[in-house]
Order: sequence, then C-alpha cells, then structure tokens
Amino acid sequence: MSQRLIYLDNNATTPTDPRVVETMIPYFYENPGNAASRNHPAGWVAEGAVDTAREQIADLINVDPREIIFTSGATESDNLAIKGVFEMYARKGNHIITATTEHKAVLDACKKVEKKGGEVTYLEVDSEGLISLEALEAAITDKTILVSIMWANNETGVIQPMKEIGEICAKHGVLFMSDATQAVGKIPVDPKATGVHLMAFTSHKMYGPKGVGALFVNRKNPRVKVTSQMDGGGHERGMRSGTLNVPGIVGFGKAAAIAKEEMHEDAARLSKLRDKLQKGLMDVLEESYVNGSQEHRMPHVTNISFKHVEGEGLMMTFNQNIALSSGSACTSASLEPSYVLVALGLGDDLAHSSLRFSLGRFTTEEDIDETIKQVAEGVNHMRELSPIWEMYKEGVDIDAIEWSEH
Amino acid sequence: MAYSEKLLDHFKNPRNVGTLDKANAGVGTGLVGAPECGDVMRLQIQVDPETQKITDAKFKTFGCGSAIASSSLATEWLKGKSVDEALAIDNMAIVEELALPPVKIHCSVLAEDAIKSAIKDYQEKNGLEVTAVLEAH
Repeated sequence: MSQRLIYLDNNATTPTDPRVVETMIPYFYENPGNAASRNHPAGWVAEGAVDTAREQIADLINVDPREIIFTSGATESDNLAIKGVFEMYARKGNHIITATTEHKAVLDACKKVEKKGGEVTYLEVDSEGLISLEALEAAITDKTILVSIMWANNETGVIQPMKEIGEICAKHGVLFMSDATQAVGKIPVDPKATGVHLMAFTSHKMYGPKGVGALFVNRKNPRVKVTSQMDGGGHERGMRSGTLNVPGIVGFGKAAAIAKEEMHEDAARLSKLRDKLQKGLMDVLEESYVNGSQEHRMPHVTNISFKHVEGEGLMMTFNQNIALSSGSACTSASLEPSYVLVALGLGDDLAHSSLRFSLGRFTTEEDIDETIKQVAEGVNHMRELSPIWEMYKEGVDIDAIEWSEH
Repeated sequence: MAYSEKLLDHFKNPRNVGTLDKANAGVGTGLVGAPECGDVMRLQIQVDPETQKITDAKFKTFGCGSAIASSSLATEWLKGKSVDEALAIDNMAIVEELALPPVKIHCSVLAEDAIKSAIKDYQEKNGLEVTAVLEAH
C-alpha cells in the first residue's frame, strides 16, 4: 500500500495481509492442480490445500469443515442462501423475514424471490439501528421459512441481538440465516451457539484475497439444504458447482487462522483508536452526531454526520490523503443518500452529511491523529462555504424554508 | 472518478465566497437546491443601477466538489457582465469548462438556476421587467 494514503475504508475491503499473500503464491505456478482432479499428485496437493483451508475457516467459527461451502464472495453466498432456501423449502412455505438495513445482496435477492411468488417482510430498525424482537416474532407466520438478519451492519457497525433472534427462530422452527460479512474475523462469531443455520461471509473483509467467500450450512439438527444456483460439476456437495479458486481459498484459510490468533488483540487496539478518533472529532466539531448504537457496535467502526456539510464535497478536501466513504448520494450513480442511515430516522440532509470511518489491522495511532486533523479542517472549510451553516449560525429555521426541489 | 485540474482548483481555492447585504437595492439573491438533495447554492449579484452591469458576485454552496466549483466559476463569469449577458450563460458552458462528468451535470444546472434566480430577485426588487425565466427541472 502507498505509504502516504491513510486507509480507513476497511469495511469496503481490507488489504490482504502479506502473510496471506505468501501462503497463496505456491498455488499459482508450483502447485497448479484442480482440487477436483483425483488422478494425479497436482490434484491431490490442491485438494489437500483446500481441506486445510476449510478446516482453518471452520475452526474460526467453530463449525464442522463439511459445513463450509466455498463461493466467489458474500454476495454469492447471500444469494445462494436466500434463493436456495426459497426453492428447497417451497413446500413448507414462501415467507421470508429480513430488515430494511440489510446489504443490497440480501435485499435484492429478496426482491427476486418476491418476483417468483415469495413474500418478504422487511423489519424496520429503531434510531440505534436495531430490529425489534417483538416485531420479528409477530411477523412469523406458518408460511415463514427463513429469517435473514445481518450480524453487523456495513455502514454503522451496529450488531444485532443475534442470540435472541436465534432463540425466536428456534422456538418457531424457522431457519435463521445471517450475512456476517462484517463480523467474521473481527469479533467472535459462533453460528451454532447463536442458533444461526446459514451464514454468509467473505475473505476480503478479513485481510484475505478478494473473489472467495463462504456459506456455512448447518448439517445436523436441523440438516439444512439449499438448491444450487450454479449448476455444473456438482462441487461443494452439489450446492455450488465450479472449479475451486485454490489460491484464493488457501489465502482465505490463512486469513482465518491469523484472525483466530489476533482478532481479540486487534479489536482491543482498534476500539481504543476508534474511540480516540470519534472523541477527537466530536470535541472540536459542534453539530456532529454518531449514527447508530454505540453500545452494540463493531470495535473498528464509527459513522458520524457533520451537520450542514455535504459528505462527498467534504471527502474531496482530504481524499488525496485519506480513504474513507460517505453515506452521501453523490458518491454513487444514484442521487439518494444512504438507505441505511435514512432507516435509522436520519433526515436526508444528515444522511448526506455522513462519513464512515472503518479502521483495520494496519491502522496506526499516527493515522488517527492525522485523520482528526484533516477531517476537522475539511469540515470547517466546508462550513465556511455552506449557506446552510451560515443560516444556522444566524438562527434561521432551516426546516421552515421552502426549498426548490429539483 | 478523476476530476479536471480546473474543477479541483475552483474547489480548493473557491473564488468570491461570501455574502452581500440583502438590504441593498442593487443586490439580487438566488437560493436554489435543497438540503435533502445534497446541494444548496446561494448566489448573489451586485448590480450598478446606472449601467445595469454586475459589479460583484458572491456565493456559498452546500454540496459536492462539482457543485462548489460550478458556483465558484459562475461568480467569476458574472463579474463585469450585463444582466442580459448573464442571462445567456448556459449550464453546458460550465460543464465544458470544468469537464463535469455526466453524473454531475445537475450541478451546472443548479448554478444556471442560481444565476437566473439572483437576477430575478434583483429585477423584482427594483420594479424592473422580469426577464429571468427559471426552467422547471
């Protein structure tokens, strides 16, 4: 990575740990085998390497290696879980429950299910970003086959009450699936102890390579099956065909092994740095608000709105030096601000004013000090330029103005 | 996406940031956009009643880099122009000058609106015939 770029966008993707890269290299040229080739040593070596990685990954989340299905990433895992359960359990019912703050991979898979005759309930969240357990239980019907709730949110880092959700699902005999992309490798995640039957996660959010992910599928009590969405050679116990990405899987396995060893230490260090960053900004910038629960939150994430400043413009003041992301519309092709922040009850204006800071294993204290300095300067610069900030300072009621929507 | 040098220059060193006195009869103010949409521009002009020329222009903008650069450029272009000349400024000229990417064209539209809105305000305040027409978007 470039020395001068401070990288605080680890929820988008993490740098691949150099120790991970090292373990992958022999599986490009020296060991070229296809893990499905059963008749020569190259295939056996590849198969052995995949087995080891599967064990490392299973060990991180305390499951049986046979419960790990390799995919191309969390988006594919989410799709396989939701569409696969919808098709496999069609005789049992057609109703799925999820939440409005889920990742698009879950929401769009649910939309597709609706087009195919499924019914989906989208639970709302409170101002902390948490779903209501009462609303969840009330939404379950005799047609409900799946509850899909993410472990930790990508934008706010908010962690849902997973264990309680698991208990409700168990009580009603409904499968519980979780998109745990942001949580695995960062905090302890134990799907079996939590009552989770299917769980999507990916390598590149935990210092492994991009292009490889996994779906945990519970094998016993209950035995869960999903209808394959990718047909071919019948790989991964028939649930996901396609030649395995051997170097990627080897790297994923190593990343899981490192996470198991270092996750607690990383989390303790990063939560201190995150708190320092958040406090450092809040202390010097009035009208700043932390978005989402601070109690139930990932250790390395904070999402802050700086009122009367637009997020993308703000980022342009420092984005040559600091990489992070904004909930503002202008960052994407759409002009809508972050639906996750809007779901928390933020007005569109505050959603446009947000920045997401996601720290990672390679973040240093110097990075945080420099970020506080540059972001504070940027916010002050943008407020000098902001007519709404001027009105606010003059005591004008901004909500009373009739804005010309365009 | 990569921005042009000109855009970055206007963003980093915005010209004519500030506020003109609304109470002054020669000052016209345009306030366009909405906080919910992620951009608000306030553009003001000072018109010489004798010559009908714009002697000063100021802006403040809440928005992305392209919105700030578009309004900064607009104030630069307005100074020294007659009201009629100012009304002829087209948003596509801003798009070309700053090399705005397609997703940012709305920023130039907003700047054109801000110019027209400021002129309209000036004309109404002074009992002049209103020649500034704001297009609905």
